[in-house]
Amino acid sequence: MTRSQVTIDGNEAAAYVAHKTNEVIAIYPITPSSPMGEHADAWSARHEPNIWGTVPLVVEMQSEGGAAGAVHGALQTGSLTTTFTASQGLLLMIPNMYKIAGELTSTVFHIAARSVAAQALSIFGDHSDVMATRSTGWAILFSNSVQEVMDFALIAQASTLEARVPFLHAFDGFRTSHEEMKVEKLTEGDLRAMIDDDLVQAHRGRGLSPDRPVVRGTAQNPDVFFQARETVNPYYLATPDIVQKAMDKFAALVGRQYHLFDYVGAPDAERVVVLMGSAAETAEETARYLVSQGEKVGVVKVRLYRPFSVRHFLAALPSTVKVIAVLDRTKEPGATGEPLYQDVVTAVSEGLADGTAPFASFPRVIGGRYGLSSKEFTPAMVKGVLDEMVKPVPKNHFTIGIVDDVTHTSLEYDPDFDIESADMVRAMFWGLGADGTVSANKNSIKIIGEETSHYAQGYFVYDSKKSGARTTSHLRFGPQAIHSAYLLQKANFVAVHQFGFLERYNVLANAGRGATFLLNSPYGPTSVWDHLPRQVQEQMIAKKLKFYVIDAYDVAQETGMGVRINTIMQTCFFAISGVLPKDEAIQEIKKAIRKTYGKRGEAVVQKNFAAVDAALAHLHQVEIPDQVTSAIEMPPVVPLEAPEFVQKVTATIISGEGDSLPVSALPSDGTYPSGTTQWEKRNIALEVPVWEPDICIQCGKCVLVCPHAVIRAKVYDGSALAGASESFKYADARWKELRDSKYTLQVAVEDCTGCALCVEVCPAKDKSHVGRKAINMQPQLPLREQEKENWDFFKGLPDFPRHDGLSFNNVKNVQLLQPLFEFSGACAACGETPYIKLLSQFFGDRAIIANATGCSSIYGGNLPTTPYTANKDGRGPAWSNSLFEDNAEFGLGMRLTLDKQAEYARELVARWRDLIGPELADDLLSADQSDDAGIEAQRQRVAELKAKLAQGNQDPGLRDLVSLADALVEKSVWIVGGDGWAYDIGYGGLDHVLASGRNVNVLVLDTEVYSNTGGQASKATGLGAVAKFAAGGKPTPKKDLGLMAMSYGNVYVAQVAMGANDAHTVRTFLEAEAYNGPSLIIAYSHCIAHGIDMAKGMYQQKLAVDSGYWPLYRYNPSLRAEGENPLKLDSKAPKIPLKDYVYNETRYRMLTQSNPQAAKRLLAQAQEVVKERWQKYEQMARME
Amino acid sequence: MDLTTTYMGMALKNPIVPSSSPLSESLDGIRRMEDAGAAAVVMYSLFEEQITLESHQLDHFLSYGTDGFAEALSYFPDMATFKVGPDEYLNLIRRAKKAVGIPIIGSLNGVSTGGWIQYAREIEEAGANALELNVYYIPTDLEMTGAEVEEMYLSILRDVKNAISIPVAVKLSPFFSATANMAYRLAGAGANALVLFNRFYQPDFDLENLEVVPHLVLSNSNELRLPLRWVAILYGRVPADFAVTTGIHALEDVLKGLMAGAKVTMMASELLQSGVQRISQVLEGMVQWMEEYEYESVAQMQGSMSQQRVAEPTAFERANYMKVLGSWRPDPAGQLF
Repeated sequence: MTRSQVTIDGNEAAAYVAHKTNEVIAIYPITPSSPMGEHADAWSARHEPNIWGTVPLVVEMQSEGGAAGAVHGALQTGSLTTTFTASQGLLLMIPNMYKIAGELTSTVFHIAARSVAAQALSIFGDHSDVMATRSTGWAILFSNSVQEVMDFALIAQASTLEARVPFLHAFDGFRTSHEEMKVEKLTEGDLRAMIDDDLVQAHRGRGLSPDRPVVRGTAQNPDVFFQARETVNPYYLATPDIVQKAMDKFAALVGRQYHLFDYVGAPDAERVVVLMGSAAETAEETARYLVSQGEKVGVVKVRLYRPFSVRHFLAALPSTVKVIAVLDRTKEPGATGEPLYQDVVTAVSEGLADGTAPFASFPRVIGGRYGLSSKEFTPAMVKGVLDEMVKPVPKNHFTIGIVDDVTHTSLEYDPDFDIESADMVRAMFWGLGADGTVSANKNSIKIIGEETSHYAQGYFVYDSKKSGARTTSHLRFGPQAIHSAYLLQKANFVAVHQFGFLERYNVLANAGRGATFLLNSPYGPTSVWDHLPRQVQEQMIAKKLKFYVIDAYDVAQETGMGVRINTIMQTCFFAISGVLPKDEAIQEIKKAIRKTYGKRGEAVVQKNFAAVDAALAHLHQVEIPDQVTSAIEMPPVVPLEAPEFVQKVTATIISGEGDSLPVSALPSDGTYPSGTTQWEKRNIALEVPVWEPDICIQCGKCVLVCPHAVIRAKVYDGSALAGASESFKYADARWKELRDSKYTLQVAVEDCTGCALCVEVCPAKDKSHVGRKAINMQPQLPLREQEKENWDFFKGLPDFPRHDGLSFNNVKNVQLLQPLFEFSGACAACGETPYIKLLSQFFGDRAIIANATGCSSIYGGNLPTTPYTANKDGRGPAWSNSLFEDNAEFGLGMRLTLDKQAEYARELVARWRDLIGPELADDLLSADQSDDAGIEAQRQRVAELKAKLAQGNQDPGLRDLVSLADALVEKSVWIVGGDGWAYDIGYGGLDHVLASGRNVNVLVLDTEVYSNTGGQASKATGLGAVAKFAAGGKPTPKKDLGLMAMSYGNVYVAQVAMGANDAHTVRTFLEAEAYNGPSLIIAYSHCIAHGIDMAKGMYQQKLAVDSGYWPLYRYNPSLRAEGENPLKLDSKAPKIPLKDYVYNETRYRMLTQSNPQAAKRLLAQAQEVVKERWQKYEQMARME
Repeated sequence: MDLTTTYMGMALKNPIVPSSSPLSESLDGIRRMEDAGAAAVVMYSLFEEQITLESHQLDHFLSYGTDGFAEALSYFPDMATFKVGPDEYLNLIRRAKKAVGIPIIGSLNGVSTGGWIQYAREIEEAGANALELNVYYIPTDLEMTGAEVEEMYLSILRDVKNAISIPVAVKLSPFFSATANMAYRLAGAGANALVLFNRFYQPDFDLENLEVVPHLVLSNSNELRLPLRWVAILYGRVPADFAVTTGIHALEDVLKGLMAGAKVTMMASELLQSGVQRISQVLEGMVQWMEEYEYESVAQMQGSMSQQRVAEPTAFERANYMKVLGSWRPDPAGQLF
């Protein structure tokens, strides 16, 4: 049977085989494995069957632990069952993995291997997760490329059925899971041929059934446990041969021959590198090159890592080997070496001891680490390792690819060593997430991979911002199979899709000599040269580049493409790269457009066609002058006044040069300074808000909703205006208490994302021109310099003193509180961050935040810069992220410390009352800290106490009191996370913490999906909403978390929606903090994953409330003591039909377009649920 | 009693046809109208602009934010298909044709020439008995002349007539400088019927929020006067059938429309307000009225009060206007009413 050539990534390759060869699939999202579950769910939703003709049952669980449990149960009852995961997710499966293996159960888990969080979380690839499962008794089979992922997924499935040992099928997260590569797709016939139905039936037959009852999972005592544990040995001994047999059968069927350990290189090699994963491809490519240069080197690619077959490993080694370097993509601190190294040392020793080794004397074995968290691993590094191996005493326990200037483990290498062949097209693209560059490149790879005989590979790099994100695409095309599992070193085509990048990044650093440079430029062919920075001009001349320009944004505007320049730039790439004849390329692009966009409607197809046709007419070649003429210099990455750490470390990371930082530059315990986003001036907004003082009513709504804290207000004495520039705006303050003061609303234009949420909520309109509000969007560029100066001046104005005068219990006054969360990388118009900012304004100076993994931990704590900051006294939120699942417990732990420390400190104050001074001691112990003034007074007392204690008494108790004195000032503990955490994976812990009665505040930023991993359904997802894992519309109602928490009776519970009632939100935060017990605030957070016009997010919140879908309420147990009903329903009865709210959102509307009948049915059910829920609340609120 | 009439060559059991409205958005609604006695149904309008907009919106929101953040390269599942084109509309026509015995008249509002032709063809292929062109067009362009607007109507009609063979009606704007001439030219260009008039929904002002807001106001019987006048004027002079479509609420309105010269009278607001059973109530009233006044058939009354057939033809012209104005007097409180 002919096999088709497809261009897919590793996740799709694994999911294809897994979906075809299983009956039950339990899933849970985690990067970078989520797409496997998404594919499986989508295919089942489309009723695509497995090889037996039945559609696999796909079920989303509440956590990876839950998925593993469900898998275990399904396996124990005889289903062919699988799951997909990575990193912490795999670690959560470990307990079940022991059980599954101990019970000799056939299954394959597909793992996009990823770093396990240590000093920091990382979503990128290494083997630390897989290595953590070594002792579970699972077979571990590593794929090194996308083709191997498809092949090994099948080999693993075939093997596990025969061996009865469960298999982890692992491949490198991102590098392989997300690499687009041309592969040969296995046919259903291939799958059928490899899977033995007798073994499937045997597996089924072992399933538990009351028709043939047995007991499995007993408890055993010292008398037999040990022996019983040894019963499985024969299965493990047999597994390597079973896998090799499957590999041989596969080779006979498909033609690709694999071995448990594949050796490539010189038959008489003296230096051999042993490794596994995608780096083995790079090592192979390098070894072949060096062998062609006459070097005696080779590589052992480890496929079956567990059970580790010493016999097969030794057989793979050439007898001539003198030095073996074992490379591990993991770190095991404190061990005698990393795991693969230890296995190799053991294998060689045993082989020599028992005479089975192919060599007579002990080769030197060294081990090293490489590629943690997807750190690049290049041919130059392979050569660096091989060069080390010729030294008389090569370094052991080395690192490669970094500079370790602390313990000096790193090997040196020549970064210019390059082995890429001349007949390979290597194209690099710089773009924005929003401009569609990556999507277009994925399309290009498909065109070339599937419509030509060329091989094609694409890998994409993203920064960690959710707004204004930069992408770089690395594409290879050529007549030879591609084994280069690393980024382009020298590109022969470089496209820069954003002109602004020229001043921020060294975009031509990877351009090879004679390369083509395509620039999207607002300047035409005659003037563009004069607008290029000097560094760019220098490189263009020195590298003799060919230069083309197009004003793609102009073409996009003309053809209705908006800011999506993807099709236009793609057309230009094909037109000038020569990968395909131009006419053929255009035809193929149009074919791809129809394939990609056809189902979205003909109008979309035609719009893209128009863009293709217009692109060529606007593409111009530009002659490059001989001389550099530019005086435009690259500006400093961060301002010169930034702190030293920011200058040296943060700025390096911002500029994309983080790989060059040595070990010594980085903190050893993962602790970083806060307040660093202020130095990263991203300038991503095309338009920014501009204040009109004469129209403004100073209500503070714009300040409240600004997701990035770029709109600030201050009230100050007019004398402070001395030195202000003429363009600095102010007005008389409209507060009756502050009649003689001035008011300024200032925008940090360099930090703004241009989301326009502020303009949407502004209620003040020009009476003569109602389209003009008190705040309006205007182009940023002409305002930048002036407003930069004004922002600096504004920052220098005094902050309004928070502990005297005004009461900050309303929106108008809250605008005067300094936010201690600013300029995050969250999405433009994010619905979550306004709540966090509000928290930081109220309590930031005394808050400790436990943050669940998710969007809020990424925009809250992803390097290079972090948004939590401090006030002028140096106080601000202390923030930490533990895990996804344990956040409530993590926060409770913080509370316990604070409580214990405060208790001990109070005991010490009482004990040393006379020494401290009875008055001060009594004041310290009886202080009322219920408001800002009380907190400030206590801080003064603590300062006084410390000053007294500093006067020399060295009693240990007093020294303890000095170290604990700050605990006498009350702190505010906030447990923050999304609905994926609160409703699903962390619910058990959250429930327990709420039940604990401890004084913690929980803020649930409810976007109703797993936003950070791309919109998978959670139990917060609304009935009828389409989400990943709920492609047919969620069939069940949203879980009522608030009601569940209320059932305890002693938990403060509130549901808020800032866009519907901002005053209610403000009041709720204050009440939650004031309540001396657990508080839970569930905050409606509009989200990019809802498919809405984000600028209108606050309006959408209002619709949610008006429809009754999201009732506003507060349940305050304190009211019971006053004889009142604790529940206050703060919104009115539903006044618009649910459809007026939900059909404003793509997540609901798309079901009407994909399955109108289901949409209608689910809408009717959802409307009924809204009605019932409202009635229930109304009844509860009415109770005496 | 003979209530039958013909409209664009279609033999109808009576002269009441529900005009384009949300009532025809479901098969159930169409069935209920047939059950209530409707002689035919004009479907809700297929708006090309809406199809295009939905397409662009879907594309925008499915693309927005994708391929920019490593953990979330998309935000929605990959659906196999979307029904973003006219499929739902066409399917409803197909299903309605199978489910009911009365003629189904499609209604189309296009934007591009290609759109008018393509969708007209698809509506014909779906089985519609006739097509009504709902040229809902507000000529806001300062450069566009009245002649150009007229030519646009004619051109759309010619393009559609060339593309399909079922009868075509044109729903007219009441704002032509020369309504009679326009009607005459449309008939000349092949219009099988003229539907008077399109009711343009006018936006309103929200004084609280200083916003322009859409505001749907249902018609009332007073609005019948305008189409009544024009049908009466054109009847017998323009070779096309006429339908009156604004202000038909009660028995009297139907009778007046027919007497002016309409082949059918179209109801929507009344049905939305009071339910589709109003059709049967009006039909029953009609029978009673015709018996009482000794009419034998609808045909007998059609055009009986057209300009050509009334005693004072000038009553429909300027003199009438003068007379009406003169008839107004302030009320005792000094206010006009």
